[in-house]
Amino acid sequence: MEVKVNEQTRKKSEEDKHISLVINGNQYSLEVGYGSYQVKPSDTLAYTLRETLGLTGTKVSCDDGACGSCTVLMSSKAVPSCMILTVECAGKDITTIEGLGDPKTGTLDPLQQSFVDHTAFQCGFCTPGMIMSAKALLNENPHPTEEEIKEALSGNFCRCISHYQVLEAVLAASEKDGGDND
Amino acid sequence: MIDSYRYIGKETPRRDGAEVVTGSAEYVDDIRFTNLLYGEVLRSPHPHARIKQIEKSKAEVLGGVEAILTWENVPDWKFGTPTIFRILDRKVRFVGDAVAIIAARTKDIAREAARLIEVEYEVLPPVFDMEAAMKPGAPQLYEELPGNKLPLYAPVLGPKSLTEIVMGDVEKGFAEADVIAEGTFGYENIPNPLPPEPPSAVALWQEPNKVTVWVSNQQVWLNRKILSEIFGDNVEVRAIGGPCGGSYGSKVMSWQVQCYAAALSKATGKPVKVCFSKEEHLAAFVLRPETRIHARVGMKKDGTVTAISGKWLLGTGYYSMTTQAQLSVGAGEAQIAVRCANWDVKPTIVCTNRNASGIVRGFGGQELKCALIPLLSLAMEKADLDPFEVLKKNYLKPGDGYYWRDGNWYSYRGVDYTKAMEKGAQTFGWKAKWKGWLKPTALNGTKRTGVGVGIHGNADIGEDVSEAYVRLDPEGRAVIYSSVTEHGTGQRSNCIKVVAEVLQLPLEAVSITPSDTLITPVEWGPAGSRGTYAILSAAIAAAEDAKQKLLQFTAPLLGVGMGDLETEDGFIWVKNRPDNRITWKDALELRTVLGHGRFNPDYSFANCMMSFVEVEVDTETGKVTLLRVVNATDVGQIIDPPGIRGQLNGCLGTAGIDSALFEETVLDRATGCVLNANMIDYKWRTFSELPPIDNVIMETPFPSHRFGAVGIGEVATSPGPSAVLMATSNAIGVWLHEYPVTPQRVLEALGKVGSK
Repeated sequence: MEVKVNEQTRKKSEEDKHISLVINGNQYSLEVGYGSYQVKPSDTLAYTLRETLGLTGTKVSCDDGACGSCTVLMSSKAVPSCMILTVECAGKDITTIEGLGDPKTGTLDPLQQSFVDHTAFQCGFCTPGMIMSAKALLNENPHPTEEEIKEALSGNFCRCISHYQVLEAVLAASEKDGGDND
Repeated sequence: MIDSYRYIGKETPRRDGAEVVTGSAEYVDDIRFTNLLYGEVLRSPHPHARIKQIEKSKAEVLGGVEAILTWENVPDWKFGTPTIFRILDRKVRFVGDAVAIIAARTKDIAREAARLIEVEYEVLPPVFDMEAAMKPGAPQLYEELPGNKLPLYAPVLGPKSLTEIVMGDVEKGFAEADVIAEGTFGYENIPNPLPPEPPSAVALWQEPNKVTVWVSNQQVWLNRKILSEIFGDNVEVRAIGGPCGGSYGSKVMSWQVQCYAAALSKATGKPVKVCFSKEEHLAAFVLRPETRIHARVGMKKDGTVTAISGKWLLGTGYYSMTTQAQLSVGAGEAQIAVRCANWDVKPTIVCTNRNASGIVRGFGGQELKCALIPLLSLAMEKADLDPFEVLKKNYLKPGDGYYWRDGNWYSYRGVDYTKAMEKGAQTFGWKAKWKGWLKPTALNGTKRTGVGVGIHGNADIGEDVSEAYVRLDPEGRAVIYSSVTEHGTGQRSNCIKVVAEVLQLPLEAVSITPSDTLITPVEWGPAGSRGTYAILSAAIAAAEDAKQKLLQFTAPLLGVGMGDLETEDGFIWVKNRPDNRITWKDALELRTVLGHGRFNPDYSFANCMMSFVEVEVDTETGKVTLLRVVNATDVGQIIDPPGIRGQLNGCLGTAGIDSALFEETVLDRATGCVLNANMIDYKWRTFSELPPIDNVIMETPFPSHRFGAVGIGEVATSPGPSAVLMATSNAIGVWLHEYPVTPQRVLEALGKVGSK
């Protein structure tokens, strides 16, 4: 089947070949296509972050939206990056685990530091996703109750059972934050 | 506990903490390679079939495809016990068995190529039930295994590995018994340990005979050993290990993943990565073995076990690598948990057309306990005995002995666990909650609560060998050369702790190399809770050796004997004359000191964990809720308090307590398909359902190494499942015989629904 495309549509589609988004405060313009350097329409955000941009801090476990391992922030909300197509992310503001803390000085975000202080991990594979889910909660609710933390993290799979230490880490981080503000 | 330690028993941050929380910890799939190809596996849709023909021409011409291997052109690599299992075979033996492996420039192309391969099968009848598989006329999985029965001998454990529990005279034992109970219990739900990171490997084959494999598991040297056996000793295997995103034993069985990557790399000359999807992880990677035991138990009124006789059936799925070794360890652990003079327990290992069983925490013993403790309970019920008292009485005591996995008899040299058990019972409130057999602890409308207790212990805490080097640098630093990778227990950080303690250095002055068999010495790796005794013993010995060499070298410089010297924080001084001191740098100048440490196997210690659980059963819905867990143990000396707490809290997941409550791999016994091969349908515990856990950890020093500690982590999952079965049975007043205690099974037992 032959498709006739008028000049205006062709021009627009070329513009559409790029998607702009902000990741960890940096502006990215990604070209959509099937080349090795391009973003395919079928690429998930998790894939683009890891394979195209090299941000491997986001870990993929189930790749099916069930385990929370690949959680990132989109406009401050926790989302499973394996269930979002990158082409849907135009204009979005994304934060990954690499966007917390200050890599130049090596300073950790207080929430990350609290995870270290409470040894709130064992194998550590689920930890970046866990921290991003907790970060989203604390952004919205700086002083959550233990029940609210459990609810916010209930989509995050941890097989080693570090849940108890994670709860302590998140509670401590939120209390510390309270101390600073009060 | 000795308070004078600088680091041992103190809370210190995990060395890899910053990498873990920033996401910069590099798991295998995070490592970047040049010219990397992606491996994909084409899998069988049939549980049992012969491959008649494979047409791969359409796939071969797809742009970006670099190699397609099938049974016809793959190297004839075999492994397993016995060594008859090929990486790609002419026959497929479960839904998901590998038919072809493909290397391509992208994952998408590799997947597309897999879709384009046309396979013609001659479908064969499958068999899924263990007993049916042994019957005459049953479908045969392998010509080499008549009756689908596997040989019981485990060569990895030595020339006379334990293949049964037979001793004394059971007839005499039954004659002495006051009660005899008989029954069948099965732990056949084949749960998946399900680490978050999927099984993965990258391999680079450099012709003619060098291969480097980046592995994801905790036993890097063992990977090298296994691959060397498969490829032949003329091939130089280098295994490199990094952080492992959970294993719980399972990923030690990664030889197939690694061989796919190696074969594809050999075929293409490029590095090849194979990462299983979660569906492959759940439907085509290893599960717990299934266990069914029919046995008779004789018991006296005082709780003395006089005889145990029965048949122990172990299902291993389509192949075995370690099921025989799991049998041996389980058989040894049975004697540790139950002092009994007369045994006659004969096992059989059976192959069926499902994905394989393999290594999981509890390694044979958990599977056995899940049936053995309920069988003992039937006798306790007849004699009207409190299970806590009977389990406490019958657990291994100093001076007792056991036949261990290697077939040798060992006398136990460790501590008496009675106090730890009693403290656990007290913390749980056992006396007040125990109301007698098949009696609920409390009734609350349609809900009933019940309690149960289980026990487990392992003498593998001193299994196999470890080596370490410790290098002292002039600047007052130490480097540990170790093949240990971090898989969650904090073992690498604990190596740093003990070395810093021996050398009296600041923690930050001690570092540990990456695990790389080209550089780091032989190390069996963390398994069977051996980290604390075996691995740390090698690190301690290496540090002591280095320290001795340092002082020996320095003594003439200070004009004293080396026995007069002490070192701390990079200084060496004459005892009682702290002013007469020099720095390591002044002593060593441009020189390093290398210490070597080795640990040889010692099976004369066993650990112990007792778990108490309380459950609530909703008699309307059949749902069983875990209300509380108390774990009790004695570890001699805690090395790292948050680390051990994490390990013991691990009692729930990794096919532990939850495998008695809701976890199971659902195999469709008509088609052989796993019906819940995704993380929504495979049930796992969420944050919203956390029961309180109390860990009672006593510290009675063991005569192990200088810190008097032994390990416990591996067994944390093992005492709980049988305790849940006991608690649920007590709550509803009827014995349950199978795991998990699903609403269906509970309602059936209550007579509220018909059986399936």
